[in-house]
Amino acid sequence: MSLVLGAFTMGLILALLSLGMLISFRMIRFTDISVDGTITLGSSVTAVCLASGMDPWPAVLLATAAGCAAGAVTGILHTRFHIQELLSGILVMTALYSINLRIMGRSNIPLLDVPKVADGAEGLVAILAGAGGKIDLLGWPVPIADVAAFVSSLLICVASALLLRYFLLTHLGTALRAAGNNPQMARAQGFNHQAAVVFGLALANGLVALAGSLLAQYQGFSDVQMGIGMMVWGLASIIIGEALVRHNGIGLMICGTILGTILFRLLIAIALRWGLNPNDLKLVTAVFVFLALIAPALGGRIKARLRQGDSHAGS
Amino acid sequence: MLEVKNLSKTFSPGTVNEVRALQGVDFTLAEGGFSAIIGTNGSGKSTVLNAIAGTFQPDEGRIILDGIDITRWPEFKRAALIGRVFQNPFAGTAAEMSIAENIVMAMKRGRRRGLGWAVDRNTREEIGARVRALKMGLEDRLDNPIGTLSGGQRQALTLLMATWLRPRILLLDEHTAALDPKSAAKVAELTSEIIARDKLTALMVTHSMQQAVAMPERIIMMHRGKIVEDYHGEMKRRVRIPDLVETFNRVTKRDLFSESAAVMLMGQYR
Repeated sequence: MSLVLGAFTMGLILALLSLGMLISFRMIRFTDISVDGTITLGSSVTAVCLASGMDPWPAVLLATAAGCAAGAVTGILHTRFHIQELLSGILVMTALYSINLRIMGRSNIPLLDVPKVADGAEGLVAILAGAGGKIDLLGWPVPIADVAAFVSSLLICVASALLLRYFLLTHLGTALRAAGNNPQMARAQGFNHQAAVVFGLALANGLVALAGSLLAQYQGFSDVQMGIGMMVWGLASIIIGEALVRHNGIGLMICGTILGTILFRLLIAIALRWGLNPNDLKLVTAVFVFLALIAPALGGRIKARLRQGDSHAGS
Repeated sequence: MLEVKNLSKTFSPGTVNEVRALQGVDFTLAEGGFSAIIGTNGSGKSTVLNAIAGTFQPDEGRIILDGIDITRWPEFKRAALIGRVFQNPFAGTAAEMSIAENIVMAMKRGRRRGLGWAVDRNTREEIGARVRALKMGLEDRLDNPIGTLSGGQRQALTLLMATWLRPRILLLDEHTAALDPKSAAKVAELTSEIIARDKLTALMVTHSMQQAVAMPERIIMMHRGKIVEDYHGEMKRRVRIPDLVETFNRVTKRDLFSESAAVMLMGQYR
């Protein structure tokens, strides 16, 4: 049960990463590679702040703001200096590797005996659980700290999702989506498409850094390598989410992305339990994303083949 | 009132692909006038429209709209003053967004977009009423993605969006050329109706001489980046398709000579 709860908590935290990527990859249609760097930026800033004794919430806000700034830089590189999307992201990601090392001062900071955002929830859960240090979940005893991490992640994820849905349905959010869907139309309606890219990437990477911040607190450490492959994980989650809900309105897309991320984490947890070598995880994910990307074309071909088969059978 | 002064543009200068698209184009559109630009392929008619819309910066010349010099304004800033309908029926709308969301974009053209709900109940009713007036049965489909509509329906909605807030000038870039004949007729009729009702200043680029004769009050004919003929007033009312064809033949015949010879002999063909 601890395993499942852990997968859910991890899924809820990484759902923020997927939601950020939903904005960059799906709303403003920008293939933003810098995600691998900004999630680590979020965790680095948080680790340094917490280790130096700062309160957890200001630390989370600071990490999010740092992510926004990094996203804006990627956007400015692309719009102002006309560097290709992918290259802008790669430049920022590469620069962030050094910046993250600079911020932390070393490659790894443990976060064991520091206050965290889950502490508030832990007090609440402890009251509910009474004495004993364990809480009964569907018959399994689970440590209070795990439940608290789950509850706080759930609250932050739901709050972020609601805020994001509201924003995307405002005038500004609608214009942002239009700019991604049809830049020519957005310009003809007086909306600055380039500003939309910078703003959208700032928003997206703010969410990614928020995910990094919570991840560092949940895992109990920040590591300069932790961002590697995160973009592909996020993309895989978005794809699973789209398979779950299709394109049906903003609210459903957001729900789908969150569910997709959780489902993806559960699948990974199961695969690892069955003995998948953790070193192979990124390869498996990459193959999965590849298959998901070619699936529509492949499906069409198979359908065509079947139809051909039908006509043969008929004649 | 739109003043276009001595507008020149050369694309890819100094290369084999050099195109002298505009060579000193000069004209003024009166307030509330509906004009058309006609011309052969590559005559520069669409380039003039794009210069006014701001998709590129001209090499020389000025564009002055209602006394405001907009020559150096970026495209999105000009949109506050300009309504546009494109040749491609898919260019003017965001396919994956609903009809209502697309129209909301137009309702805020050139205005501040804040954090208010984009499509609230009042807005929906207002949109519903004006979409119903198109008589295309789209008022029941306000929440459908606009990509599910036909080219003609999308073009009619683009026209509605371009004129939702009264533009200082309406630019129509062969906006019926890519539609089937029935939709084209419907969109053309709607265009004339809206321009007359709102007394808009409008400039339409068209391939169709029939449209040029039937719809606007003035016809500007372009050839090789220059204005070669300008029919307005009584002259425009008398002009018929054969007259336009004759003028076309005359200016293209000039191309058989070198440019300098053409200038020399021009008098004889007039």
